[in-house]
Amino acid sequence: MSEMLFPIAVFFAAIFTDNILLTNYLGMCSFLSVSKELETSAGLGIAVTFVLAVTTALNWVVYHLILVPFQLEYLRFIVFIIIIAAFVQLIEMVIERYSEGLYFALGIFLPLITVNCAILGASLFMIIRDYSFITSFFFGLGSGIGWLIAIMAMAGIRQRLKNAKIPPGLDGAGIALVIAGFMAMAFMGFSGMIQIS
Amino acid sequence: MAAAGMKKKTFLAPLGKDNPVFVQILGICSTLAVTNKLENTMVMVLGVMFTLALSSWTLSLVRKWIPSRIRMMVETMVIATYVIIVDISLKAFYPEMWKQLGPYVGLIITNCIVMGRVEAFALQNKPTLSLIDGLASGIGYGYVLLIIAFFRELLGTGSLWGFQILGSWWTNWSIMVMPPGGFFMLAIFIWIAHEGFIKKNKEETHV
Repeated sequence: MSEMLFPIAVFFAAIFTDNILLTNYLGMCSFLSVSKELETSAGLGIAVTFVLAVTTALNWVVYHLILVPFQLEYLRFIVFIIIIAAFVQLIEMVIERYSEGLYFALGIFLPLITVNCAILGASLFMIIRDYSFITSFFFGLGSGIGWLIAIMAMAGIRQRLKNAKIPPGLDGAGIALVIAGFMAMAFMGFSGMIQIS
Repeated sequence: MAAAGMKKKTFLAPLGKDNPVFVQILGICSTLAVTNKLENTMVMVLGVMFTLALSSWTLSLVRKWIPSRIRMMVETMVIATYVIIVDISLKAFYPEMWKQLGPYVGLIITNCIVMGRVEAFALQNKPTLSLIDGLASGIGYGYVLLIIAFFRELLGTGSLWGFQILGSWWTNWSIMVMPPGGFFMLAIFIWIAHEGFIKKNKEETHV
């Protein structure tokens, strides 16, 4: 594959064949607790996508320009989580200041995002797989969109399930996990379409 | 006497009625991914237990000096420090495992169960009690995941801990080691556990 196309391939792979939620189990907590309403899940999904794309790129810069030259790679966990927390805080303040409507739509989800495993997970994957800056950005963006698709599909199915009769022991988290399993099986149908190492 | 009773109660609650996985549905993010092999799961569970117990203890020691406005930041720092210890010791003593686990060791930081126990328990209780609570939550969390890993590895590859158990007559259920298998196994486990508890509660209300 040519150098130019590699980021694009990574982008689509992150959405379909290597979905961060359905194949890597990242971001499960908020996925299970917030996916009851379609609108709120869309809001959270968009916020996650935005934060993922920006923090993955930001963490790449910090890791390769600061941590590697000073041989401080082992500090990456602390540094990444601080950058993510600080960025989320900053976004919250900017949105609150300039756009009241957006703040009420997204604001309540922002604190939840800091502890979303998908955000830190994407940054750690990008280091292990040794992506370039551009690829990292597209990987973060793709992962976010993949997460958005998964949580919206889940919310749609769960809204329908309100009228269904579910065995009492399986109600709630149990049925959500069964649905996630079926969705993961559906996404397995994409495997092999894009090959990235 | 009362203190000993309290300790016992703190220890037993997370194993059954307050189990972090199938009652509170916390912290499955980072560990479900490695449950396709028993050995990997064991290492991850030990890592989580170590982090959980020691960060609960540390934060409980300093709980009176943490300003409540920045307590999330302080908690994250302490947790991350312990995770780094787990990460670099794995890298030094068990490099193959470290490679296989990839980013999942680092993701113990964002495992909701660690932060959850610290917020809910360690910040209000004494260090020893918090240490017991952290340890017990780790065990309650670990045994569920080990049971899931046991079935996934046995049915998926016919082996346990890397050793072939089932003979050549066994057809591998390869779906079990793939992502959907993890979701289904956890759902089945939650189902069985909830049915059991629902029955128990009904009996209690009858009497």
